[in-house]
Amino acid sequence: MLTTIESRDAVTLIQIQEERLDAHNSSDLKGQMLTLFEEGKNNMVVDLQGVRFVDSSGLGALVSGFKNASARNGNLKLCGLQPQVESMFELTRLHRVFEIFPDSTQALDSFQE
Amino acid sequence: MSESIFLDIKIPNETGYLRLLGKIGEYLAQSLESYPGDREELAYHINLVLTEAMANAIQHTADAKRSEALHVTLRVENRKLTIKVYDQGQGFDFSNLPEPHPSCLAEHGRGIFIIKTLMDRVSYRKYDGGHVLEMEKVLF
Repeated sequence: MLTTIESRDAVTLIQIQEERLDAHNSSDLKGQMLTLFEEGKNNMVVDLQGVRFVDSSGLGALVSGFKNASARNGNLKLCGLQPQVESMFELTRLHRVFEIFPDSTQALDSFQE
Repeated sequence: MSESIFLDIKIPNETGYLRLLGKIGEYLAQSLESYPGDREELAYHINLVLTEAMANAIQHTADAKRSEALHVTLRVENRKLTIKVYDQGQGFDFSNLPEPHPSCLAEHGRGIFIIKTLMDRVSYRKYDGGHVLEMEKVLF
């Protein structure tokens, strides 16, 4: 899976550079997030701006990251959801689980509050 | 709507082909010129249910059958889209799947719920040593 990972203060920004987040590549994302957790990076923003399609496996990978972050007293927040992707979160009610922001600036700033 | 289309697809039993099958469904939906609703939304939904159904079939394929292609059919007829995805495995408990709840942070188990929500009729039954997941969508 193609991602860009940057550290911004105490928060890690993961930008997904794939059009699809599905059963083919979601385990890669889970693995990349696990590596970051093992490095003690427990606050994350996942930027989905470039993602046009997400299936239940992709949602599952994000839930996995959210649970891992929470278990380590951190948080995983989302930003940049395209309308069809956002509709998937609403369909599965996961929009009530994640904090979701329009863009990465607002998501990163929310960790300072 | 007068279109009558039948696609009979054999596709490798690998997640690397989810995108291809999803795109075929997407193109099919976009080609339904007399569909009165939002064709782009229909295309996204058909891409999604095909992706979920194929990923499910791959997951439930018996090890001895892994090298065999997956069989998928798409039929547009009588103002109805019918998709059938065949698997070669033990199957799963189709009827007893709970609806996702916000407090439920399970990493799996949302695929069939998504299919049932987006399609009008869904069934899963034994067929020829495996199973077939049949999904219908009314197109008018």
